[in-house]
Amino acid sequence: MKALLGNRLAVIGALTLAALAVVAIAARWVAPHDPLQVNLPDALLAPCRAYPLGTDQLGRDVLSRLIYGARISLLIGFIAVGIAVSIGTVVGALAGFYGGWLDAILMRFVDTMLSIPTIFLLLAIIAVIGPSIELIMVVIGLTSWMGVARLVRAEILSLKEREFVLAAHVLGASSWRVITKHLLPNAMGPVLVSATLGVGGAILSESVLSYLGLGVQPPTPSWGNILNEGRIALGVAWWLTLAPGLCILTTVLAFNLLGEGIRERLSRQ
Amino acid sequence: MTRYLLQQVLHRGPVLLLITVISFGIMHLAPGKPTDAATQFNPKVSLEARQRMEQLYGLDQPLPRQYAHWMGRLVRFDFGRSFLDDRPVTEKILERLPITLTINLWSLLLILGIAIPLGVLSAVRPNGLFDRLTTVLVFIGYSAPSFWVALLCMAWFGVTLHWLPISGIHSLDYESFGMIHRWLDTGWHLILPVGIAAFTSVAGMSRYMRSSMVDVLRQDYIRTARAKGVSERRVLFHHGLRNGLLPVITILGLSLPDLIGGSVIAETIFSIPGMGRLFYEAVMARDYPVVMALVTIGAVLTMIGNFLADAGYAVADPRIRVESRA
Repeated sequence: MKALLGNRLAVIGALTLAALAVVAIAARWVAPHDPLQVNLPDALLAPCRAYPLGTDQLGRDVLSRLIYGARISLLIGFIAVGIAVSIGTVVGALAGFYGGWLDAILMRFVDTMLSIPTIFLLLAIIAVIGPSIELIMVVIGLTSWMGVARLVRAEILSLKEREFVLAAHVLGASSWRVITKHLLPNAMGPVLVSATLGVGGAILSESVLSYLGLGVQPPTPSWGNILNEGRIALGVAWWLTLAPGLCILTTVLAFNLLGEGIRERLSRQ
Repeated sequence: MTRYLLQQVLHRGPVLLLITVISFGIMHLAPGKPTDAATQFNPKVSLEARQRMEQLYGLDQPLPRQYAHWMGRLVRFDFGRSFLDDRPVTEKILERLPITLTINLWSLLLILGIAIPLGVLSAVRPNGLFDRLTTVLVFIGYSAPSFWVALLCMAWFGVTLHWLPISGIHSLDYESFGMIHRWLDTGWHLILPVGIAAFTSVAGMSRYMRSSMVDVLRQDYIRTARAKGVSERRVLFHHGLRNGLLPVITILGLSLPDLIGGSVIAETIFSIPGMGRLFYEAVMARDYPVVMALVTIGAVLTMIGNFLADAGYAVADPRIRVESRA
């Protein structure tokens, strides 16, 4: 029963993400309107036939903006996690494999990064340098690699005394080869889970940043900045707040369900 | 005990130092000088005034010396003066700290008060109806952006139903209230912010509580207790919960940065004059002395929290105390 439930939810998550990816890629053909087209006479229309999810203060179609926003959110999510996984894997592998003072220094650094509230770092760095989509990806990546580093380190610590690794050493394999060919491939399971959950986390971070005005800058639509623009009209135009939030919720939920599904699968093996 | 403390100092000392390096580093990421934002776009500020400001903050000195200077003042809890109103940063923070700590403390209690029973009840019958229902709810709660939930709550409870106030911490006529009325008024204003601050953590925490309890309830001593005829209630809350709570203490320590960071969002949305809102305002105004101070303080508060969690773990688990004595 547990396996069935876990798998079913994971499948729902995967299908949702696939559909979302298709919509995001085909945005140009799927979106009913131009997401940037200002049309003041149609401002703040409630959902209707022409605008299925209503319009914003400038009369732009909310549905089209959400569809284009999906591109930005997914892009930021995947690239930020890519950066986080790369840094985390390198740091974790070095710390776990070499141990000693290198391990001590790297892990103190991990502890430090973990003790500074992430949102403080995100806001401060982006405010100092100036918001741009590239910077947002990089900074979210730079502030979320610590979990992966700990995971990889723990996996490598438990693997490096195993016989197949010792055998590789004895056969004269270089440290580089042992790490990349023997250790990391066997340590990637938990990292995959963490990365899947991480994409959801990165999308949440982007939405918070954009909501606070330090994320994706208008007129480029992102789920977070649509929420930010909707905040002012919260009393009169509820669709501006409800729709983007539901998009974020659904997407993050899908990533979380998929991640948990993979975790369950791995733990049964 | 001395040994334990020494260990802690050796472990946390470097972390503390690195925190200050990072806080200091952020300010110097900016292109140009940190005082530019405060002075450059302000035509009223003369070149002379800018130089005076640079000298005041030691910005004409090499970086390591600037850092040493900043650290020298930091150990005396002197974080300099705000770029915005020239008031001492420490003073600005101290007047904002109590309200943030109050909100965080209450939301911590709320988190534990909901998450522990939820986790325990789910663990009683894993994959039972209650467990599956809470699993789904927890997943949804964990995935929802808390600021969005805050907006919806504001719109619903505040604007539509007029049940709860949506901004600030006092009513307009607060000054005319008696003591008890004032307390009630503040509490009234804090319901939404505290609830929102707790929102995301409840989901995560109840998951940890559940999995920890599931593990504990599988242990032999639980079966022994049941075999002895101990009541189920006592098995759960006396034998089970005591041990099931242990990992939660650690998780609680780890979730502190999120709680402190979360106050930025909650306080910004509900216009609460606390530390989180101060941070947001300072960031938007490029008020670097305040930003640096708050990053440092946020991290140090987290470290203290982690230390208390570790210590609490040692107090709760006799095995750890015995080991460290050996």
